[in-house]
Amino acid sequence: MLILECPYCGVTAEETELHAEGEAHLKRFGPGSDDAAFEGYLFMRENPKGVHFERWRHSNGCGKFFHAARCTMTLQVFGTYPAQTLEPPQDIRDRISAVYPGWRWRDFA
Amino acid sequence: MSTRLAKGGAYLNRQKQVRFSFNGKQFTGYEGDTLASALLANDQVMMGRSFKYHRPRGVVASGAEEPNALVNLGQGGKFEPNQRATTTEVFDGLACTSQNHWPSLEFDIGVVNNYAARFLPAGFYYKTFMAPRAAWKHVFEPIVRQSAGLGKVPRDRDADRYEHFYAFYDVVVIGGGSAGLQAALAAGSAGAKVLAMEQTAHLGGRARIDGGEIDGMPVEAWVAGAAEKLAAMPNVTLRRRMMGAGVYDHGYVLGYERVTDHAPETAGPRHRLWRIRAKQIVTATGAIERPLSFAGNDVPGVMLAGAVRDYVTGWGVSPGDRTVVVTNNDDAYRTAIALKGAGLDVPVILDARGAGGGALAEEARALGIRIENGKGIAKVRGGKRVTGVAICTQAGEGSVLEEIACDAVAMSGGWSPVVHLWSHCGGKLIWDEAQAHFRPDPARAPTSHDGKPFVIPAGSANGPLDLAGVIADAHAAGLAAARAVGCAPLDCPLPEVAPQPEAALEPVWLMPQGAGPKLRMKAWLDYQNDVKVSDVRLAAQEGYESVEHTKRYTTLGMATDQGKLSNINGLATLAGQLNAPIPAVGTTTFRPPYTPISFGAIAGEARDAVFQPLRRTPIHDWHEAQGAFFEPVGHWRRPYCFPREGESHAAAVKREILQTRNSVGLLDASTLGKIIVKGPDAGRFMDMLYTNMMSTLKPGKCRYGLMCSENGFLIDDGVVARIDEETFLCHTTTGGAERIHGWMEDWLQCEWWDWNVYTANVTEQFAQIAIVGPNARKVLQKLGGMDVGKEALAFMEWKDGRLGEFDARAYRISFSGELSYEIAVPASQGRAFWDALLTAGEEYGIAPYGTEALHVMRAEKGFIMIGDETDGTVIPQDLGLNWAISKKKEDFLGKRAQERRHMSDPDRWKLVGLDTLDGSVIPDGAYAIAAGENANGQRNTQGRVTSTYYSPTLDRGIAMGLVHRGPERMGEVIEFNKVDGGTVMARIVDPVFFDKDGEKQNV
Repeated sequence: MLILECPYCGVTAEETELHAEGEAHLKRFGPGSDDAAFEGYLFMRENPKGVHFERWRHSNGCGKFFHAARCTMTLQVFGTYPAQTLEPPQDIRDRISAVYPGWRWRDFA
Repeated sequence: MSTRLAKGGAYLNRQKQVRFSFNGKQFTGYEGDTLASALLANDQVMMGRSFKYHRPRGVVASGAEEPNALVNLGQGGKFEPNQRATTTEVFDGLACTSQNHWPSLEFDIGVVNNYAARFLPAGFYYKTFMAPRAAWKHVFEPIVRQSAGLGKVPRDRDADRYEHFYAFYDVVVIGGGSAGLQAALAAGSAGAKVLAMEQTAHLGGRARIDGGEIDGMPVEAWVAGAAEKLAAMPNVTLRRRMMGAGVYDHGYVLGYERVTDHAPETAGPRHRLWRIRAKQIVTATGAIERPLSFAGNDVPGVMLAGAVRDYVTGWGVSPGDRTVVVTNNDDAYRTAIALKGAGLDVPVILDARGAGGGALAEEARALGIRIENGKGIAKVRGGKRVTGVAICTQAGEGSVLEEIACDAVAMSGGWSPVVHLWSHCGGKLIWDEAQAHFRPDPARAPTSHDGKPFVIPAGSANGPLDLAGVIADAHAAGLAAARAVGCAPLDCPLPEVAPQPEAALEPVWLMPQGAGPKLRMKAWLDYQNDVKVSDVRLAAQEGYESVEHTKRYTTLGMATDQGKLSNINGLATLAGQLNAPIPAVGTTTFRPPYTPISFGAIAGEARDAVFQPLRRTPIHDWHEAQGAFFEPVGHWRRPYCFPREGESHAAAVKREILQTRNSVGLLDASTLGKIIVKGPDAGRFMDMLYTNMMSTLKPGKCRYGLMCSENGFLIDDGVVARIDEETFLCHTTTGGAERIHGWMEDWLQCEWWDWNVYTANVTEQFAQIAIVGPNARKVLQKLGGMDVGKEALAFMEWKDGRLGEFDARAYRISFSGELSYEIAVPASQGRAFWDALLTAGEEYGIAPYGTEALHVMRAEKGFIMIGDETDGTVIPQDLGLNWAISKKKEDFLGKRAQERRHMSDPDRWKLVGLDTLDGSVIPDGAYAIAAGENANGQRNTQGRVTSTYYSPTLDRGIAMGLVHRGPERMGEVIEFNKVDGGTVMARIVDPVFFDKDGEKQNV
């Protein structure tokens, strides 16, 4: 059972207090987008053994959605950060690079 | 004969005798006995029968690893099957029965399987029951079910109480042997907050039995001193009878405490599940001895050498007058020495090693024990009890050199560290060639949130098997754990232990090494699931080369003991057959719990009334007092109907509907979701959320709206009221309020976070009551207050005001097709308002109606219900709701998906009404059948029923369903399957069955 820190209220919460909300940093494609882009947005997901970016919600707490960067293999958490962003913050990327030099996840590195 | 010795028994309190029964026979034991030791003391060597062949079985081990001695324990509400005799402490009045036999333990019909064993090899069930198909149902299954073994299923409700503890520690030490105690001392002295747990009732583990000296004192005294020191440390908690059941992500540990199992009459819960967060975990879980694989190694009386020593020294029990010791290592000599010390006879020690043993062997020889090097057991003589052994050369094929009479055999194939807890969360293992076992690989420990190791193995769980090595390793582990949690290690010296050098072990995976098929067929690996050396070899021959496949094919290690004894021997046998090194074959996955834990402990207090939260509307108590029949809707209980004295549910529903349609009815609609959406961008947000145009809704008006997922599928519906320019109130389905509120928040927080919108779920702030029927207005007018006339409050309008004594918000909306108002009042006034309505409506025979009447009336009007007409694959267009999908809006959630090709496919199943030709009610979920069959030989379908009811208003069955190109096929008659195998014909009609023009609600 994971422990993650909610970046809004600062609480270090157990998984039972949180709700997993799928992959982070999805770009929405709406009406007018081509089929391939829409399929990517709706269906295509990463399934890495290693670095991953996820959405979580502090559902039994402050109710805020946030992002977590963690390793699915070692369970190391590189950090959590607010959802109001289009990409992971640099300090978290640096922390990942320190462990996994040259890592890539979708368009991020 | 196995019997109680006159002296000895470190665990016993000989002052206190206890009485217990086994298969109805009365026995006595002492306080401190386990069921196994007490049975042995009473010469009850045979304790059960095996699962597959029903062979007689006795106890083989003395602890958690025991595969054979399983019993049905207790009676009635305290009955529990598959309890290990070795971990069950006896108490006065304990009653148990043995398992896997019929009609009796001594005489068992199922033992015929044993004689047919050559026809029941590995994979027998898979091979046999494949064909012919019909035979499984009529021949095999009844037989297999009848003889399927292990314990009986409890019949009564669990009479005991269980609870959960939540705990947080710096360091959790699992295991209270010498290693666990030393690790706890080291970490505790450094100031860490420590929890140490021991699964048995006794501290000190093997060291207390094996003896030796620590810090110049006997182990017994050192253990007592260590326990005292730990008890004196305020930062250390030490619990006995508590097992480390599992290690999970980020330092989560489950501790399983058996609080009153040993003393059922004492107060308190039976079991306690500790849900622990630990910064560091020290696994001082010891090691388990491996059996040797020789023919007849499962005959009652053949036991692990360490277990024999435990019974003699710990419990003062003699397992037999004459015990043959057979070993591939020095440790088993301790058993021979202990037996001799207790005055028992050891006719011979068979040491499979050509060069024999070291110092311990010399000691045994000095006691006058005969030692045969390079020898082993060809075969154990005896059926229900060992009568002797046939000796052979280990290097040979089993030619018998000599027969030796004995009534017990003590075997040792070496020791394997208990690596389970290390492995639960990803710790990896390395193969230790010298000890012939897997041990934790320090380079690949389980890692926590910070990427650093959080489990430290200690003592023999980490590989060292000698006392000096164990203490030194555990000391280092305790200090390392303290350091890892930021404690500066204080002055805690490493205890001095004199080294006891032992001669090297020699791996023996089969005895004799060249044993032929006849012997291999009787050489057991997994006692509990009856897997033999021959079975694993067969699996390998048949291509099951992966250890995970072999396990499932042979069922090796799949019984309740999870292969604690059989694992390494099975792997080695497989590796031998594949001619591969053992580490290349690998291990199967270790999964928690370490030993089975009770369901009661997992459930804790969560049963009956506190199983889950129950949400109550402000009017709930009234419903209860009326004897309402409830149905669960989410965490709510909603009245399904309000049956009167002697009235059936169907009759009550009919009465409620007719009362409402003909006069007036009341519905407690408080459970409907109510979410406020407010802010300068609220209109813009509402337009994205709903398929309809919501931003154009005028304050004071209501509009029915649909919400779709980004897949385009309908997820919720409800009436939206515009409160003011910046404020909307969204009604959701009863079960959908929290989900939809979360959905709104998701989009606001993660996609349109620059929009100025605020949402609040106010579902429980209001009581909402629907007043429905031709006399609804008259009832409200009797209360007095705001004008609810046709013009003052038109259909799909709302307004605030006073109704009688109440602050009310009245919505003129209808889910029944009747003249209808939904009135929201503050939750605190809900019950009073309900009572006022009942009084005001008395002259009209006003009566409450439940959810079933609600459903029937909405179906009569062709209104859809989320979850009936929708199932996560239905789009609004399927339901003829195109009128509620804005064509003007550029975007809304689900719009892009609804543009996908298959969403506009004319061949989709679409909503229609279904009118049975004979007026009957179509079964719920029935499929409309079509011509021909599909690729699986199943009848083709062309539609299905989504809602179906008896309509009291129309006095016949009505239904709605999704039918292939349904709306284009009005008037066509199609055929639906019924549950009884027949069919029913129904005409495709408009889904609105009643008052199509809406005359009743527009008055």
